[in-house]
Amino acid sequence: MGTDSAVAVRVQRLLHPGAWWIWALGLSACALRTTNPVLLCLIVAVAGWVVASRKADVPWARSFSSFLRLGAIVIVIRVVFQIVFGLRVSGTTLFSIPELTLPDWAAGVSIGGPVTLESLVAALYQGLRLAAVLACFGAATSLCSPYRMLRALPSVLYEAGVAVTIAFTFAPQAIVASRQVREARRLRGRSDRGIRAWSASALPVLEGALDRAVALAASMDSRGYGRRGGVSPAVRRRSVVLILLGLIALSVGSYGLLDPGAPAFFRLPALAFGAVALVGALVAGGATALRTRYRPDPWVVPEWFVSIAGVIVVLSFAAVSRSGDALQPSTNPLEVPSVPLLAVAGLLVAALPAWIAPQPPTPSATAASVAVAA
Amino acid sequence: MIKFEHVTITYPGAESPTLVDVSFEVPEGELCVVVGVTGSGKSTLLRAVNGLVPRFSGGVLAGSVAINGRSTAELPPRELADVVGVVGQDPAAGFVTDYVEDELAYAMENLGIEPEIMRRRVEDILDLLGLHELRHRPLSSLSGGQQQRVAIGSVLTAGPRVLVLDEPTSALDPAAAEEVLAALTRLVHDLGITVLVAEHRLERVVQYADRIVMIPGNGLPVVVGTPAEVFTRSSVAPPVVELGRLAGWNPLPLSVRDARRLATPLRDHLKTVSLSSFGRPERSGGDVVAVTSGLQASYGPITALRGVDLQFRSGEVVALMGRNGAGKSTLLNHLVGLREPALGAVRVMGSEPHRLSARDVVRVAGLVPQDSGVLLYHDTVGAECGASDRDAGLVPGTTRVVLDRIVPDIDAVTHPRDLSEGQRLGLALSIVLASEPPLLLLDEPTRGLDYGAKQRLVEVLRRLAEDGHAVIIATHDVEVVAAVADRCIVLAEGEVVADGPARDVVVHSPVFAPQVAKVLAPLPLLTVHEVELALAAAGDSSLSWQ
Repeated sequence: MGTDSAVAVRVQRLLHPGAWWIWALGLSACALRTTNPVLLCLIVAVAGWVVASRKADVPWARSFSSFLRLGAIVIVIRVVFQIVFGLRVSGTTLFSIPELTLPDWAAGVSIGGPVTLESLVAALYQGLRLAAVLACFGAATSLCSPYRMLRALPSVLYEAGVAVTIAFTFAPQAIVASRQVREARRLRGRSDRGIRAWSASALPVLEGALDRAVALAASMDSRGYGRRGGVSPAVRRRSVVLILLGLIALSVGSYGLLDPGAPAFFRLPALAFGAVALVGALVAGGATALRTRYRPDPWVVPEWFVSIAGVIVVLSFAAVSRSGDALQPSTNPLEVPSVPLLAVAGLLVAALPAWIAPQPPTPSATAASVAVAA
Repeated sequence: MIKFEHVTITYPGAESPTLVDVSFEVPEGELCVVVGVTGSGKSTLLRAVNGLVPRFSGGVLAGSVAINGRSTAELPPRELADVVGVVGQDPAAGFVTDYVEDELAYAMENLGIEPEIMRRRVEDILDLLGLHELRHRPLSSLSGGQQQRVAIGSVLTAGPRVLVLDEPTSALDPAAAEEVLAALTRLVHDLGITVLVAEHRLERVVQYADRIVMIPGNGLPVVVGTPAEVFTRSSVAPPVVELGRLAGWNPLPLSVRDARRLATPLRDHLKTVSLSSFGRPERSGGDVVAVTSGLQASYGPITALRGVDLQFRSGEVVALMGRNGAGKSTLLNHLVGLREPALGAVRVMGSEPHRLSARDVVRVAGLVPQDSGVLLYHDTVGAECGASDRDAGLVPGTTRVVLDRIVPDIDAVTHPRDLSEGQRLGLALSIVLASEPPLLLLDEPTRGLDYGAKQRLVEVLRRLAEDGHAVIIATHDVEVVAAVADRCIVLAEGEVVADGPARDVVVHSPVFAPQVAKVLAPLPLLTVHEVELALAAAGDSSLSWQ
């Protein structure tokens, strides 16, 4: 594999999905740690730039823009909630909306009242943070194929495969189906606008998407998916329990790392427990699993570069947060956010995969990528 | 290899079984074609081969099905994956991965085949099916014929001894269908794979078949035999066989080549007959119903139509032909107002269809889309017909009358999803036909229809044309074009490459000529019916010319 790496840099192929996920998780961890609007916008820009330059020409790669739209909606909702329900913050009052007097049992909830510039800016920053995290996940899902992602998972986890595969194909198919149903309504001479039209078309859309899901499941089954092989039910059950425990512990542990206020037990000990449980599951179930892999994605130089870029950006943000509060610009009193150069440098490193990662195969590519992964 | 013993299949909630007491056996290395009328249970039979019926459909299977000695009662489809490969009607619906190569390897990964062997087999299958240039292509970028070949390859890599295909060419243009069938015959001849294939367009497959399984429907026993045996009696037969019967040829020809050898006396005899004695009278064309001028359309970077100028007159049946992706559907969508022209204009009855409200559009133009099932969204056939009458403001019962003419004997309480492909198409067709719009558009209307249903459709379309409708059908079915079209337009890459009387356009085309025209060339006869008329005009109904 090592001798191929020099070739692999130039050749058209898909990067290992694991590398993209490490990179995207690094970016989103940074987004979670800051409310600095400049840095958040840079994070979205980096994610968008890398997606634009390295996404493949396949249906799942077109999901990034919907994640951006979702992010915009999140920002708007966050700001509207702040205006209507938000805690009243003193400061420059922009305007007032009528205040509702709530009964005693609802103490702590306020509706209406004066809306200050400070509260709006704080809400905007928080909305922006969520939108940036969404953009990072959008980048990961549009950069690696859901199927390749599944394939990279250990074979014991492959059990969840049918459900996940169908879930991944459900949304695009439902979009296609809903367009068809709208057209069909028009062809039958019914109005294609209004709530009634939408509710009347929901059932056929669901039916159509379900039919396709069943067809897909039938196709997977008749191509041998889920063959039992030599694994006994007891072993399978044990590894599934271990996997679930391990995953829960891992998520609790990562949450603990991200939230500075979490108890110490929820940090490293939880992570360590999760890792041990997962390794145990692999040893118990993986050894006897039946599946093999066709041309597994190689992990060579570009994979290392991309994942290290994801780690570097986290380190740069961590360094900035130790040396001051540039990551959390004050909104009360309102200040122009400072731009920590170290964090910007880290983000520039995170943008490098747009050049380092190999080009995805284009439909015209033929012999170019045959040599890789041999 | 495949053994059905007294198989009776009943779906849940169905009053009578779909298949009754079916027994037959397909020996190794044969290409066996399953034929039968629409709704007779061909798909059910095919899906029972590896146990998808009843395991994925529900219902009860009595009797036994065995593949290579392994019974489907004991083993689920996944445990049979190394013996039998199944390709469904819509290959794209069964794709699991994103790229051609991954899709080919998927079954082998599930079977746990060694990586080196997988690698070799993928290369073999790429070569065998001529897919090597597509290996790195995303599946979504493939054409219909390519998708079908990838679907076949994706089950072949598992090394099955049996291949089951449900209407593998129904969505394909004649050239792409040839491509797929050539690949199939290669598998049978070179690798000794047993192939079981269902097909309505017998003219495409019969010449390759070793054995026919004929399902007559209505609970009658299945007929199994060589093509020549089955077609001497069968009611469903391709045009070349019908011609052979009419001419009294023995043995019955199954391919154009066989028929041409026998046809010399018939050709000589018919040489003297004038066109007017068998052709439909030339229509003088009525009023202009629809006009496109300089019409352009594009999907993203792909240009679908490049400056199309066409006129459609009342009383004519126009066939729109061309490769998959030549722009046929796009043109129809513009004529019914589903899409707005990017450049140029579309006028139907003097108005621009995309500006009309839904209620007004159906009065000027009606379209039966390619996937006709999307037109249906009620619980029962009866409700569907009732809603159609209400939508179009017709006398209650109108839609039902049209439906009975196209596909008779559909129970009014049946759920549209439980109808066969062909019956469902018939229902959608009747809903659009019921309001008798001046411009009637049909996108691939004969997909999944048997010869009888096609014949009824042809009659309905002719009657509508005589009543003054302009009828446009986009289709790959050259036999239907021969039977119904007055005028034929061929599209290629979004441009009109041929536009003229159907007879002139199709007779000398190697791709679009119907079987009868190929057998009798250079005579301009298109259908068996025309040959009958010509023989009558030649002054004898006997066989004295032999």
